[in-house]
Amino acid sequence: MCDTDTTERRPVIRVVDLVKRFGGRAVLNGINLEVHPGETIVIMGGSGCGKSTLLRHMVASLFGDEGRVELLGQNLNDLNESGLNALRLRFGILFQSGALFNSMTVGENVALPLREHTGLDEQTIDIMVKIKLEQVGLREAADLMPSEISGGMKKRAGLARAISLDPEILFYDEPSAGLDPVTSAEIDQLIMDLSGKLGVTSVVVTHEMDSAFTIADRMAMLDMGRMLKIGPRSEFEALRDGPETGDETGDLIRQFLRGDPEGPITARRLSTGYEEDILATAGE
Amino acid sequence: MSAGAGQRNFVEVLGARLIGSISYIGGMAILLTQAIGASKATLARSSGRQAIVGQMVRVGVRSVGIVCLVQTFIGVILALQMAPPLEPLGQVHQIATIIGIAGFRMLGPILTGVIISGFAGASIAAEIGTMVVAEEIEALRAHALNPVRFLVVPRLLATLVMMVLLTIIANWMIAIGGYVTALLVLKPEVSAGYWALMQENLLLRDFYSGLIMAGVFGVLISLIACYEGLKVRGGAEGVGRATTMTVVYSIVSIVLAAGVFTTIFYVFEF
Ligand SMILES: Nc1ncnc2c1ncn2[C@@H]1O[C@H](COP(=O)(O)OP(=O)(O)OP(=O)(O)O)[C@@H](O)[C@H]1O
Ligand SMILES: [Mg+2]
Repeated sequence: MCDTDTTERRPVIRVVDLVKRFGGRAVLNGINLEVHPGETIVIMGGSGCGKSTLLRHMVASLFGDEGRVELLGQNLNDLNESGLNALRLRFGILFQSGALFNSMTVGENVALPLREHTGLDEQTIDIMVKIKLEQVGLREAADLMPSEISGGMKKRAGLARAISLDPEILFYDEPSAGLDPVTSAEIDQLIMDLSGKLGVTSVVVTHEMDSAFTIADRMAMLDMGRMLKIGPRSEFEALRDGPETGDETGDLIRQFLRGDPEGPITARRLSTGYEEDILATAGE
Repeated sequence: MSAGAGQRNFVEVLGARLIGSISYIGGMAILLTQAIGASKATLARSSGRQAIVGQMVRVGVRSVGIVCLVQTFIGVILALQMAPPLEPLGQVHQIATIIGIAGFRMLGPILTGVIISGFAGASIAAEIGTMVVAEEIEALRAHALNPVRFLVVPRLLATLVMMVLLTIIANWMIAIGGYVTALLVLKPEVSAGYWALMQENLLLRDFYSGLIMAGVFGVLISLIACYEGLKVRGGAEGVGRATTMTVVYSIVSIVLAAGVFTTIFYVFEF
């Protein structure tokens, strides 16, 4: 049920017993996860199960109450701000909304990390920006403002910015959410290109199952702050296509993968005593 | 029993308010410290200096018209209000002194601060709050770019400088408002001796003390605006709240700070 990948190389990301509470409620409740160099891992789970929160811990935007995250061999808890910043230059993030800087053009967005973190002259930066935008198919949009481009273009522009410093790891939060099927497939293709051609390690959070099964080497299923299962894509495919087994965890994952309207997930929701709730309220 | 519960509630609420205020002020103090620490880096870069100039234009240009309008009327009002009580004493010409002191020391900086709270403070809070909601701040951090250096420092320095400059303009407008009133409404000898008397009776420190306050107001306004903006959680609603709170807290803190400063100036006879 745990890590079935047997590569001996050191993991690029290691999440160990990570716990995060928001106002007493554990949103992440003892997460363990290892991501290996060059692979694409997809983290799935229902809305509000803690996917984005887990991602935020991996990119040093949030810090756990217990446990730790190691990125490229360094424990994030041990680093100060400048240590974290040095590490931040080595990974890129595609935010759920694209998170472009709205006061700058698309080209300036991509140029910003280059201007701030490299000593390159403007001419070289210009060329780099063109290359990055071409990689995501947005070269013509360089001079447009973020408010002038579509959602899919924003995602691609965000991706161009994320890869501006040639990162070793790329994190994606719902890269294809809210996009039409063709655009979403294009983004999937981009993710696969980046990991295939550049050897980038990718961590993708999504609940689009088609996209997940297309891009994943390994998959991880998160549920109510716990990691239900981590395994190669083939295992999840077998689970999705196989018959019900009566094994609660397996059936729960199967329902999620298939998107069935009935199953353990929905049963669990129903069993949290509606009547008791009503009666308790009435008794007050 | 219910009285006891009510009392405890009252104490609890009071305590929570107190802790809330302390942590608010503490948060602002931390932000100010960070901004002072980051200001060197901002000033060292041409992009940072450009950002400061851009913010100065934004803070100043939009408000200068309103500042002139409001402050001219303050001069008019002061002259018209002070003339009748001075008349029986034969001291009407002293409105020049009164306008100078009340205007330069207090109304110039305070009203300019109130106007800037509404114009610049609210729009800075809305802008930064919207950036928080759109994950832009998180994106800055993720690119190892310090939001304080990038956003807070330019706004802080720009508001500080523009508050001082606008207050200088405001002082002139108050004086001119008073003069025009004297010219049109009051006895001719009042307007004839107006500028000379103002020069004679006003000390440089009357002028400077107002400008020092104006600079402090600028820091308060921009700090509150940035802090409220960065604190935004939960969408457009949070942004709206942040802008409202920025204006309210700015005005309150301006008046409180003016009280503190005036007391200090009084004690040290400055
Ligand atoms: N800063 C925060 N303060 C308090 N609660 C939070 C915070 N961030 C997230 N949460 C809570 O943690 C839970 C998990 O949130 P998270 O955004 O990680 O979910 P998610 O799996 O990404 O969901 P979605 O698929 O809808 O994006 C939610 O219930 C959310 O309300
Ligand atoms: Mg999410």
